[in-house]
Amino acid sequence: MTTIATPSSTSGPASTEPSVAQTWGLVARFANPADLVHAAHEVRKTGYRYWDCHSPFPVHGIDPAMGINRTILPVVVFAAGATGCTLGFLLQAFTNSFGSSIWALVWVTGYPFMISGKPLLSVPAFVPVMFEVTILFSALTAAFGMLAFNQLPELYHPLLKHPGFGRATDDGFFISIEARDPQFLRSKTGEFLKSLGASSVEVVES
Amino acid sequence: MSASSTSSHAVPASGMDNTTETPGERAPLVLGTGDFHTVTNQVCRVTEHPNVPMAWYIAFGVSLALLGGLGVAVNYLIFTGVGVWGLNNPVMWAFDITNFVFWVGIGHAGTLISAILFLFRQKWRTGINRFAEAMTIFAVICAGLFPGIHIGRIWFAYWLFPIPNQMEMWPQFRSPLLWDVFAVSTYFTVSLVFWYIGLIPDLATLRDRAKGTIQQFAYGLFALGWRGSARHWHRYEVAYLLLAALATPLVLSVHSVVSFDFAVSQLPGWHTTIFPPYFVAGAIFSGFAMVVTLAVPARELFGLKDLITIRHLDNMNKVILVTGCMVGYAYSMEFFIAWYSGAPYEQFTFINRAFGQYWWAYWIMVSCNVITPQLFWFKKVRTSIPAMFALSLFVNVGMWFERYVIIVSSLANDFLPSSWDQFIPTWVDIATMLGAFGLFGVLFLLFCRYLPMIAIAEVKGVMPQANPHWDGYAKGHCAHGQCSHGHQAHGHDSHGQHGGAPAGSKPAFQDPRPGQP
Repeated sequence: MTTIATPSSTSGPASTEPSVAQTWGLVARFANPADLVHAAHEVRKTGYRYWDCHSPFPVHGIDPAMGINRTILPVVVFAAGATGCTLGFLLQAFTNSFGSSIWALVWVTGYPFMISGKPLLSVPAFVPVMFEVTILFSALTAAFGMLAFNQLPELYHPLLKHPGFGRATDDGFFISIEARDPQFLRSKTGEFLKSLGASSVEVVES
Repeated sequence: MSASSTSSHAVPASGMDNTTETPGERAPLVLGTGDFHTVTNQVCRVTEHPNVPMAWYIAFGVSLALLGGLGVAVNYLIFTGVGVWGLNNPVMWAFDITNFVFWVGIGHAGTLISAILFLFRQKWRTGINRFAEAMTIFAVICAGLFPGIHIGRIWFAYWLFPIPNQMEMWPQFRSPLLWDVFAVSTYFTVSLVFWYIGLIPDLATLRDRAKGTIQQFAYGLFALGWRGSARHWHRYEVAYLLLAALATPLVLSVHSVVSFDFAVSQLPGWHTTIFPPYFVAGAIFSGFAMVVTLAVPARELFGLKDLITIRHLDNMNKVILVTGCMVGYAYSMEFFIAWYSGAPYEQFTFINRAFGQYWWAYWIMVSCNVITPQLFWFKKVRTSIPAMFALSLFVNVGMWFERYVIIVSSLANDFLPSSWDQFIPTWVDIATMLGAFGLFGVLFLLFCRYLPMIAIAEVKGVMPQANPHWDGYAKGHCAHGQCSHGHQAHGHDSHGQHGGAPAGSKPAFQDPRPGQP
């Protein structure tokens, strides 16, 4: 495994560094989840806006420490479930209950199935399929909605090519602060991260 | 012997007995290590190691041969017709639907472990959920094969779906057979999505460790650029919780709908209101047995004994015992209701089941499903590897015969004695049944080789070190005051906690970034 260089070797005087435009931000490594939560709390308190924590598993208490708002994903999933339920009903009512035609949209016609003397619109018999379609729509929305809100897939990211950052999916706990943050000053931010107990602070090239 | 003898800072010894829990102190779920890197190594080395154990090659070869047999049998069937099976006039469903119900049932344990145990905050699920979910997907693939090929004219299989066509012909939505199409296809889709969402962080781990370009590209593509961001984890956990909450009623509905295929018909022995819960219990029973059957060799072969511990196996054996008792209760209740109903056809069917031409199948079923699992009352049996492996095989056999007995014995001797017949399987029936095991084996062995068999991120999340308030970190940190910012609950489960804040309660500090839903 690549060891992360010490902060002094990378966050030295600005004059010898590449221009700020090429700097994506700083990434600091912390020893354990407790240090990460503590540092996240301090970073948020200082007022940084474009920053993030990276951990191999979700860390308890990181959301309040970072001030992450609750996602609206459940609301979206509920709406998708309601849509699925409605569409499931309409599909069955159209194909099995009435001989209606929606030729203006698609060249198809429904068929009034008369089965064992049941009413044409036999809602109880339609419940299983309505239920399954509800679940299908909700589950796909939960999964793909999560990815969309997370702006994934994002196969290229400056952090992903940063040497040593691979530990974030193994046993490393990182805080990254982006250069576009109004408060970002490479030396000052680096010093700040170091004062929070980071074992290393490195510059990430964009 | 138990957790009490180790302090919470000490590393739990590899191979220790973690089946006994001291009140107030959790027995460890991950043995032999106190750090996250070892867990990553243990799981990843299976996929990264250039050589695989010889047993893997042998199992793969056998599975591949059976899969070849399946190909031959299915092609012969398609080119000739369903007459190549041993079906006859009263027995129009036999091995095909038996296999279908068997494989759907196997799948249910995976969803139970990944979704229901998750909702119940059973942390031990993390050691086994990944390959149980994989088992679900492969089992549903095997199950889906049978309705597809049993319809006779396979080129009309698309009639199962409501596709607009020039014949102006639609499926008949009041039929349980059509509910089955929707239930099983939804089940497969949702299980696949659930499995894949769980895999993303672990694929990222493999991507970051990969040495070769092909591995980096392949794992990197499917990891979708996951970088462990806390903002991502937040939505990930909410999505995971939602998927678990959706998969739970789904799994119950799927086998209920499968049981409707029988219960909604008028046939004595099928027309029973107990079928939905009875089928679901049986499905979980057989699925857990299959998990044990797969977990025991896998943990031996790939050195995962510290992650799939005796405690995990012990817990699964307890589930087998409980569901086995439920199944036994259902068998006796069926008999009671047959007698209590006063319906002569119903009474005849059940006496015929136990003492008629299929008596041997019935008593295989009872001895494998009801009698032998009772041995799991003894802890010695529950924690003995050879005993549980043998018993899990018995359960697999017994549950296959349960479906065989329900389907074939009810059909073979229905209302009119003049139409009675006997079902005798042909070589095509047998090759197809064994071939499904081959298909399952091939898929499962490839999964073991190329994907993380254990949910790495989730296992790390249930280690005591994952909790920021773990004793080992206690000194000094709370003094900085970070404990005053509203941790809601500490150290319960790796998922769902962050999403678990009461609705409407805002965190003390708002995320100032614009446009983040």
